[in-house]
Amino acid sequence: MTAPPRDPQARGRLTALVLALALLWPALHIAQFNPAALFDTTSLRVMGGFLAGFVPPALDRAFLHLLAQATIETLAMATAGLALAFVLAVPLALVVTRALSVSRIGPGPGRGPAALLRAGARLVLTVLRACPEVVWALLFVRAFGLGPAAGVLALAITYGGMLGKVYAEILESVDTRPARALLESGSSRLAALGYGLLPAAAQELASYTVYRWECAVRASVVMGFVGAGGLGQLMDQSMKMLNGGEASAILIVFLLLVLLADGISALLRKVLA
Amino acid sequence: MTVVATPAPRPRWVGMAVVLALLAAVAASFAYLALDLRALFSAQARTAMARFVTEFFPPDTRGEFLAQVASATLQTLVVSALGTLLAFGAGALLALPAAGRWGLPARAFTRFVLNLLRSVPELVWGVLMVLLAGLGPFAGVLALALHTAGVLGRLFAEALENAPAAPERALREGGSGATAAFAYGCLPLVGPQWLAYGLYRWEMNIRMAAALGFVGAGGLGQMLYFHLSLFQQAQAATVIGAMFGLVVAVDGASARLRRAMLPAQG
Repeated sequence: MTAPPRDPQARGRLTALVLALALLWPALHIAQFNPAALFDTTSLRVMGGFLAGFVPPALDRAFLHLLAQATIETLAMATAGLALAFVLAVPLALVVTRALSVSRIGPGPGRGPAALLRAGARLVLTVLRACPEVVWALLFVRAFGLGPAAGVLALAITYGGMLGKVYAEILESVDTRPARALLESGSSRLAALGYGLLPAAAQELASYTVYRWECAVRASVVMGFVGAGGLGQLMDQSMKMLNGGEASAILIVFLLLVLLADGISALLRKVLA
Repeated sequence: MTVVATPAPRPRWVGMAVVLALLAAVAASFAYLALDLRALFSAQARTAMARFVTEFFPPDTRGEFLAQVASATLQTLVVSALGTLLAFGAGALLALPAAGRWGLPARAFTRFVLNLLRSVPELVWGVLMVLLAGLGPFAGVLALALHTAGVLGRLFAEALENAPAAPERALREGGSGATAAFAYGCLPLVGPQWLAYGLYRWEMNIRMAAALGFVGAGGLGQMLYFHLSLFQQAQAATVIGAMFGLVVAVDGASARLRRAMLPAQG
């Protein structure tokens, strides 16, 4: 019998493994990785009690009323926030879109400043969407106090940045020759947008906006955890008081809400197609 | 001339009705929230806002505080990396039954579990994990891992189902064991895709890890929450700056990496 052939990559694999372990060890230390904490009897008992309270979900009248109000508030936050984001995103996207630039078509004095303006608008979009919406929400809660206004503004800022960037990308990705032809024959930028780009891009723009609304519903719940109103704030309170029944009722409503947003967005996209 | 049958154009009123309904929904939302935008931009609100913003300047740049921020940044990075790594392992394990390899009941059950893991947001998992594992970055790792495992498990399962079955079957019919057939017949096909999904989620998780600290799960978020609670705006400004820098750096790095890895798609 001959010995089995050696793995020709054995040395490389061994090095990679040793390197990975050498990186993992300090990482586990920094993250205070401690699986034993999961089996600590006191915290297990607290957690068990909390989870045991999940069944049955809280169904008393006063709480259900509160829950319904919070759900509507969450939906309204998402819708209002996205509307503001749209208002913020459209002008920025129009500035950033290269296909709509008159100065790029021919040699002219406006080329340099226009490029500068576009770079500036792109920077604004990056800054707007850099921080997660929860961070903005936390800051706005400090500035405006508890309540949905903070969440709406946070959504408007981050989603304004995202929508603006993606709108510009979508407008660039379709056939830009009609818009160029229009611009070259002297039409205005808005006309070039409306007749040159939108016919090809409208459906994708609409469906992306609807998809973002769906994300905004989820984000509105999350932002509630820092005090921006809606379902999240209610969930935070119930969890801090370890009220399992209320927490499970809110979680169920949240899951249903996500499903509903999913359904509405699928329906809207079908209608818009 | 041939007549090409075109689909009947949608009546104009459908589009109008959708637009009107959307406008009505937006108006109703503003009315329900009693948001008065004019009040937000009134002179009084503007001065209050300006005062709030100026309190953040100048940011705290003492050496020892910067060192604290740097270590919190490192912690955020490590939390996101470990959370994604754990999720990668769990997602891979759950993807096998979810792709229908162990029968239909197992498939339906794991899909349900994955959906449940995925639909609970990271921050909610964070609150639960802080209860279970105590305050600190470990809770953040677990929270990220649970949510991301749901996301990755589903994506991995879809990649498995879409992978061509022929190589694995050939190995099986040639007499190799199930594990070896999977490792050499299927894994090389889905591996790069799994890795791409994992890296993409890591990028998102870095951002999320920065925010997870708000519920007590360590890193930059916990620091920001702490200093804002004590009205130490100068310190908070430094932490926000660090968050911002982290996100921009990760964005740039991932864009460059993606360009390097996918030259064909430019």
